[in-house]
Amino acid sequence: MLLSQTDGVRNAVAGIALEDNPVAQPPPVVERTRRVIAEVPSTADRNFNRLTMGAGISVLLLLLLVGGFLLIQSSDALSETGIWTFLTRTEWRTDVQPARIGVLGLLAGTVLVAVVAVGIAVPLSVLCALAITEYSTAKRRKWLVGVVDLLAAVPSLLFGLWGFLFLSDKIVPISLWLSQNFGWIPLFETQENAGLTGSIFIAGIVVALMVLPIITSVVREVFSQTPPGEKEAALALGGTRWGMIRNVVLPFGQGGIIGGSMLGLGRALGETIAVALLLPQVPQKLGESIHILENGGATVSGFIANRAGADAFTTSGLLAAGLVLFIITLATNMIASVVVSRSRSGAGVDI
Amino acid sequence: MTDLAENQISTDSPLGEVAGDQSSMPSGSVALSARPEIIGGPPPGAATLEARDACAWFGDRLVLEGVDLVMPKGKVTALIGPSGCGKSTFLRLLNRMHELIPGAALDGEILLDGNDIYAVGTRAQQVRMRIGMVFQKPNPFPAMSIRENVLAGLKLARLKCDDKDTLVEQSLLRAGLWKEVRDRLDSPGGALSGGQQQRLCIARSLAVYPNVLLMDEPCSALDPTSTRRVEETIDELRGEVTVVIVTHNMQQAHRVSDLCAFFLAEENQPGFVVEQGDTLEMFSSPRDPRTLDYVEGRFG
Ligand SMILES: Nc1ncnc2c1ncn2[C@@H]1O[C@H](COP(=O)(O)OP(=O)(O)OP(=O)(O)O)[C@@H](O)[C@H]1O
Ligand SMILES: [Mg+2]
Repeated sequence: MLLSQTDGVRNAVAGIALEDNPVAQPPPVVERTRRVIAEVPSTADRNFNRLTMGAGISVLLLLLLVGGFLLIQSSDALSETGIWTFLTRTEWRTDVQPARIGVLGLLAGTVLVAVVAVGIAVPLSVLCALAITEYSTAKRRKWLVGVVDLLAAVPSLLFGLWGFLFLSDKIVPISLWLSQNFGWIPLFETQENAGLTGSIFIAGIVVALMVLPIITSVVREVFSQTPPGEKEAALALGGTRWGMIRNVVLPFGQGGIIGGSMLGLGRALGETIAVALLLPQVPQKLGESIHILENGGATVSGFIANRAGADAFTTSGLLAAGLVLFIITLATNMIASVVVSRSRSGAGVDI
Repeated sequence: MTDLAENQISTDSPLGEVAGDQSSMPSGSVALSARPEIIGGPPPGAATLEARDACAWFGDRLVLEGVDLVMPKGKVTALIGPSGCGKSTFLRLLNRMHELIPGAALDGEILLDGNDIYAVGTRAQQVRMRIGMVFQKPNPFPAMSIRENVLAGLKLARLKCDDKDTLVEQSLLRAGLWKEVRDRLDSPGGALSGGQQQRLCIARSLAVYPNVLLMDEPCSALDPTSTRRVEETIDELRGEVTVVIVTHNMQQAHRVSDLCAFFLAEENQPGFVVEQGDTLEMFSSPRDPRTLDYVEGRFG
C-alpha cells in the first residue's frame, strides 16, 4: 500500500515481484519516442523575430568590429615592441630611437584612479540607495531618484572642468591631512615640496561622482526587490529599521552591491575627459612606490586623449593601449553581470 | 534501492514523529521548566491583550470600526470572518505592524496587561518583541541557517542569552520541529519544506519568549499533516502564551480556540465584530443569525 507507482517501477526494474499487491501492477515496458511539436509561427512573429535577432547580432558585430580594428591598427606597435614588453614596460618615450613604449605605467594609473573612485562611490551609493528605498516617503523617493538620475546626465566634461577649476583646491587640505596622519601607509606618502593638485586622489574623487549614479541605480533596484515578507519578519521580531536593513536588506542585496561596484569600476576605467584634464598624464613610475596624493599619474584613456593625432607609430601604440583597456573593461563588465545574475537578488535585474 | 529506503523514511517520519513527540513531551512545560535566561527579554508568562474601540484607516478609508475585544491571558482566541473584513488589519494593530503601511492610521486603545501599546514613549520594537507574529506565508530568512533563524529575534532585538544551544533546542521543541532538524541545524532555513518553514517561523517567534503570539492564517499554505502539527503546537502553548489566530477554517477555529470573534464588513462599510464569546457556544448556539450562517458555511 505504501508503494507508489515509481516504487513499483523501481521494484520491477530490480526484479522484485509484487504478487502480494494486485493493485500496483508494473506497467509493461514499452519503447517510447517523444512526439515532435510542430509549431508554425505566424508571419508577423517570424518577421519580428528576424528583426530582433538582426538587432542583437548587429550589436555583437559592432563589438567584434571595434575589437578587430584595434587589433589590426595596433599590430605595428605591438610587433615592433613585442607584446610582453609592451605589457610590462612602464615608460612611454617616443623621442628616442627606437621608441620605448609600454602600457604598464598607464594601466597602474588607470587602476588606481578606478579603485579610489569605486572605494569612495560604493559606500556613498549604498547609503544613497538605502535612503531612497528604506528611509523615504513615496514623494521624497521620487524626488531623490530624479536628482540622482540628473547627476548621471551631466556631461563628464563638466565634471572634469569643475574638478579642475574648483574642487582641486578644496581637496588639497584633505590630501595634506591624509599624508600627515596616514603618511606611514606607502600609498599616502608624499615627498617634500610635492604639489598636491592634479593627483590620482583628486581624479578618483571626480570619477567617483561620475560613477555614483550608475552604482546607486543598480543597488537601489536590487534593494527594492528585497522580499517584503522577510522585512516584515525582521520588524515583527522586534528589530529596528537599521537591524532589519543589516540582517535582511544588505545580505539580500550583496550580489547587487558587488555587481554594481564592478559595473562602476568598468565605467571608471574608461573615464576620459575628467582625468585628461586633471592629471599631468605622465605614466606612473613603478620602480619607486606610488604616491596617489601628489601631482602625477596618467590613465590609458586620458593619455590617449592627450596624445591623439601624433605620428603613425605613436597612434598605433596608443591603439594598442586602447586594446588593453578594451579587454579589461569587457572582462570587468562580464564578471559584474555574472556576479549579479548568480546572486539571489540579482536574478531579475539586468545591468 | 538506497533511494527507496530514504523515500520511505521521509514519507513516514512526520507521522511517526507526531506520536513520538506526544509521548516524550506530554506538554510544553518540559521546555519551559529549563528555560534559559534572556537578558532584556519580555517579562515571563502570558499577558492579557485588550482592544478598546479600535478603528483602522488605510488612507481615507475606514476599514475597521469600534472593535472591543479581550484576548485573555494564556487563552487561544480565534478571529473568523469572510475575506476583506479586517481580520489581518486588526491583528496588525495588535503589535504595531499596521503603522508600517504608508497612510495607515488608527484610533482607540490596545492594552497589553493594562498598558496602552500606543502610549507616547512606548517603542514599537519593545511592543513587537513582547507580541510575536507568524505570517500567512512562511518567511524564514533563507540565507541564514536554521539555528540562526531561531536566534534571529535575539540578534534583532539585541538581547543576550548565555545558553543559546538550549534556547535553540527548546524553541524548536516547542514548535514541534526539533526531531526533524536536529541533525542539520546549520543547513539554510530556506531548504526546508513549507510546513517545516512555518514551524521554523513559529520557533523563531517563540525564541524570545513573547507574552502574546499572533498568527495570521498560519496553516493556509500547509498540508493536512503540517496543519495538524501546528495545531498541536498551539495547543501546547496554551497557558504559556496568549495566542490570537486568524483562520478561514471553521474546524480549525473549533479545534484550537477557547474564544472566538466573528468579524464582518458590509459592502463599503468598515468591518466590526458581530459576535464574540466562548468558541463552543458560538459554534453550537450563536446569538446572531449572521454568525450562524457563517459558521455553517452559508456565506463568506
Ligand atoms: N495595504 C493596504 N492598503 C489599502 N487597503 C488595504 C490594505 N490592506 C488591506 N486593505 C483593505 O482593508 C480591508 C481589510 O483587509 P484585511 O486584509 O484586514 O482583510 P482580512 O479580513 O484579513 O481578509 P482575508 O481573510 O482575505 O485575509 C480590505 O477591504 C482591504 O481592501
Ligand atoms: Mg488576512
